[in-house]
Amino acid sequence: MPSWNVNDQRVPQGRLALFSYLSAAFVVLLLIGFWKLQVVQSGHFSDLADRNGIRSIAIIAPRGAMLDREGRVLVDSYPSFSILLLRDNPKLLERSLPQIEDGLGIAHEDLQQQLDAARGEPKFLPVIIKPAASEADIAFVESHRADLPVLDLIMVQRRRYPHEQMLANTIGYVGEVSPSDMEKNPDRYRPGDIVGKAGLEKEYNDQIVGTDGMRRVVVNSVGKVMRTLDNVEAIPGKPIQLTIDEDLQQIAETDMADKEGAVVAMDGRTGEILAMVSRPTFDPNDFAVRIPAKEWATLNTDSQTPLLNRAIQAQLAPGSVFKIVMSTAMLESKALPANFTAYCPGHAEFYGREFHCWQPKGHGSVDLHSAIVHSCDVFFYTIGQKMGIDRISFYGSGLGLGRRTGVDLPSEEPGNMPSEEWVQRVYHHKWYAGETISVSIGQGAVTVTPIQLARTIAAVASGGNLVQPHLFKNLTDPKIDRFPLADDTVDQVTQGMYDVMNEPGGTGYALRLQNIEFSGKSGTAQLMSYEAGTRIGGRAGKLTNGWFVGYEPRRNPEIVVAAVVQGSTEHGGTTAGPVVRDIVKAFYEKRNGRFPQPATAENISPPGVAHSPAQPSGPERP
Amino acid sequence: MKNRPRVQDFDWTLLAIVGAISTIGVLEIYSSTHASGMAGMQWKQLTWIAIGIAGMFLISRIDYHTLLDQAPALYMVGVASLIVVLVLGYSRLGAKRWISIGGLANLQVSEIMKLIIIIVLARYFAEVHTDRLTLADLFKIGILTLIPVGLILKQPDLGTAMVLVPVALVGAFFAGIEWKHIAVGVVLITLLVPLGWNMRRHLKPYQQQRIQTFLHPEEDQRGAGYQILQSEIAVGSGGFWGKGFGKGSQNQLGFVPVRYSDFILAALAEEQGFIGVCIVLLLYLGLILRLVDNAQKAKDRAGMYVVMGVTAILGFHVLVNASMVIGYVPVTGIPLPLMSYGGSATAFVFLALGLVMNVRMRRFVN
Repeated sequence: MPSWNVNDQRVPQGRLALFSYLSAAFVVLLLIGFWKLQVVQSGHFSDLADRNGIRSIAIIAPRGAMLDREGRVLVDSYPSFSILLLRDNPKLLERSLPQIEDGLGIAHEDLQQQLDAARGEPKFLPVIIKPAASEADIAFVESHRADLPVLDLIMVQRRRYPHEQMLANTIGYVGEVSPSDMEKNPDRYRPGDIVGKAGLEKEYNDQIVGTDGMRRVVVNSVGKVMRTLDNVEAIPGKPIQLTIDEDLQQIAETDMADKEGAVVAMDGRTGEILAMVSRPTFDPNDFAVRIPAKEWATLNTDSQTPLLNRAIQAQLAPGSVFKIVMSTAMLESKALPANFTAYCPGHAEFYGREFHCWQPKGHGSVDLHSAIVHSCDVFFYTIGQKMGIDRISFYGSGLGLGRRTGVDLPSEEPGNMPSEEWVQRVYHHKWYAGETISVSIGQGAVTVTPIQLARTIAAVASGGNLVQPHLFKNLTDPKIDRFPLADDTVDQVTQGMYDVMNEPGGTGYALRLQNIEFSGKSGTAQLMSYEAGTRIGGRAGKLTNGWFVGYEPRRNPEIVVAAVVQGSTEHGGTTAGPVVRDIVKAFYEKRNGRFPQPATAENISPPGVAHSPAQPSGPERP
Repeated sequence: MKNRPRVQDFDWTLLAIVGAISTIGVLEIYSSTHASGMAGMQWKQLTWIAIGIAGMFLISRIDYHTLLDQAPALYMVGVASLIVVLVLGYSRLGAKRWISIGGLANLQVSEIMKLIIIIVLARYFAEVHTDRLTLADLFKIGILTLIPVGLILKQPDLGTAMVLVPVALVGAFFAGIEWKHIAVGVVLITLLVPLGWNMRRHLKPYQQQRIQTFLHPEEDQRGAGYQILQSEIAVGSGGFWGKGFGKGSQNQLGFVPVRYSDFILAALAEEQGFIGVCIVLLLYLGLILRLVDNAQKAKDRAGMYVVMGVTAILGFHVLVNASMVIGYVPVTGIPLPLMSYGGSATAFVFLALGLVMNVRMRRFVN
């Protein structure tokens, strides 16, 4: 028998018993551990388990389309994919960034900035790093599912502006809801929601947004969707119809293509806006996806301010168009007899200062009619001096100057109609009588927006009906302010504006249209005073804003068009006049069924963009 | 020889407990995998259990005294095999733990080494005739144990390597280690832990990672820290009554890592709740107590050391695995005996139980 194999029966019973007790004690300790997790902290871990396995996916409702007055699509939405970056694993995220930047072509700073911006939000909320994924981007994400699990795709609804720059400043653009909007409406908005940021997109946001749906799905540990728990479909936003006539808009856009300025065309009886252009402009498609930081900076700091809607926001001296307000004031106030005559030698002296007429040779003896037709400055200096600023201000304000028109767009500017009270309130000094002379020809402190001027001229031609300009076709109950004008007044002033176009020698005679009661008034406002301009000399010293407001027919105009071309050295009748003429002519021809096949969406749409077929317009009318 | 050892003398109570645990394990393996690409795993597990049972009968036939006689040879073969594995063994799952035998089955040499160390240390302790272990004895036991531990660590398999240590500790405890030596050992370990902490850069990167993520699980959600967190979520969300068989989202959606194997207790905790965990842990306690009972009734000290060696390994497995599932210890890759899916691990448990039956059958034999 080997030495170890002695038949030793003594087994350490005490230590074996101790071992048993220790075993039982360990089991009790383990059970306490399980109790802590399963009973004490059960709720917490249940939440975590749900968050793990259940994912809520928003089904984005498309925004409603915008149609022109004939139902042609100006703006619509289409589904596309966004690329999401999951942030719940910081280390993996950090490692993956260079490959993602490479693969998706995103600048490192842009990506870092987006991650920094999302730092405060819960980690399980992903960040959209590429809102409009191209096919190559989608392929990249799909092919790197395994090694880049931090990337994911989500279907979104994207805004599309098939006409690109057309009507851009009026339509506005969309973007992610701002933190301040979310604070105001915490129940309505979630981070990343797309809302209207400017223009009609902002004004009618509530009408065109749909209601997002929600799908809750069960996903497994690698993010694969196993089954759907419930599904609430999205309700698409309703389309809105605009008063815009795409044909007229196209003509206005084409005419303004290489200019700086704005055009507003509207129905003088109803205020329905038929066309609205602002130049320079931008492509709202750039905003439909997140705009790269650099481009955004460019758009905002560009001295040309392409984001500004000049039709409602540019406050400019109206120049000679203001003479229509002066004429109305003179006749209505009866401060001077209707047959008042002034002598124009080409200049005149008021308050010890020399004022020039645009016609150095002078107009000789002029009454109101020929003063309008020939735009004689000296005549209006004279009646301005005799009426005084407050009387001019009363009629100017009455005809809508110095206050907002109430157009259904955000951020409209009011312009300025100066008065003694105004100069006292703003500058704390008395009105200089010499200023009245400048205001009399639409210079100095008086400023207007193009939409104001269109409305004012329409008001004069319709006996004092101040319509509310609007773009929403079914606007309930558009306001009409009354500033009643005597029929005699309207007769004389409209006759003047008719003869501007139709009397040989009138300042707009070159623009006359056969068989159309095309009336109007040009204006050329200097950017600097006469003296300052002469001092500087050269082209810069002669820069002007050229105005033209035209309408048709001569009373109760069906269309009134105001155009301004900024920073040219030429006369308003030469720069802005043809724009107005082209629009009025097209409107007339369209109304009479003689409009040529228009440039519709079909032949200008960008390649590869599908949209509903443009409806033929105009010519099929009987 | 009167009273030939008979199968009727098997510990049927013990086997009933083993049967209950294995059944629960197979059911949970089914629940964890039936809806995935690994469906049908429970059949493989059943096959391994069957093979294990066959092995258990086989090993119970050979008198453990015969086995103890061969202890030095077995030890040599075991250590040599570990070296062969290191040199020739092919890499699988990143560790050279497997050696191909006849191309029929992959056998994990480390699992065999567990059995061998039980026998070798039982033999060594049986040779100590006094009730006191001298320092020289402790030193020799240390050497005997640390050679295979070192070789298995080299594979590298920290879990299995660690499992060998309790065999030595428990054996020493029953062989009469003096309380003052225990005290010195505790003090030494307390001093060595900070030193080891400073030496951690000598660990494999994945081992460093495991320690790091154990200390700061929230920092690495997809690595080992993620595993512990997901395991805790599974356990915690199971609540008192559990989510029901096959209804645990953490389990069914694959958030629980290797839910059919190392983390099967997390899967069970999620679906069967605290109640299920109680039943399972009490079954394991029953198993341990029944094993201790067998040790008490052993005919000789050698038999007692064999049974307690098996008990030490199984108890250590259960303790470490359950602690890992609830985040008390780092992820080490120590499976839950009889429940975790795994061929050689399951076979080992039955072979070890075969040793226990071996001792029990011979308690009345002279």
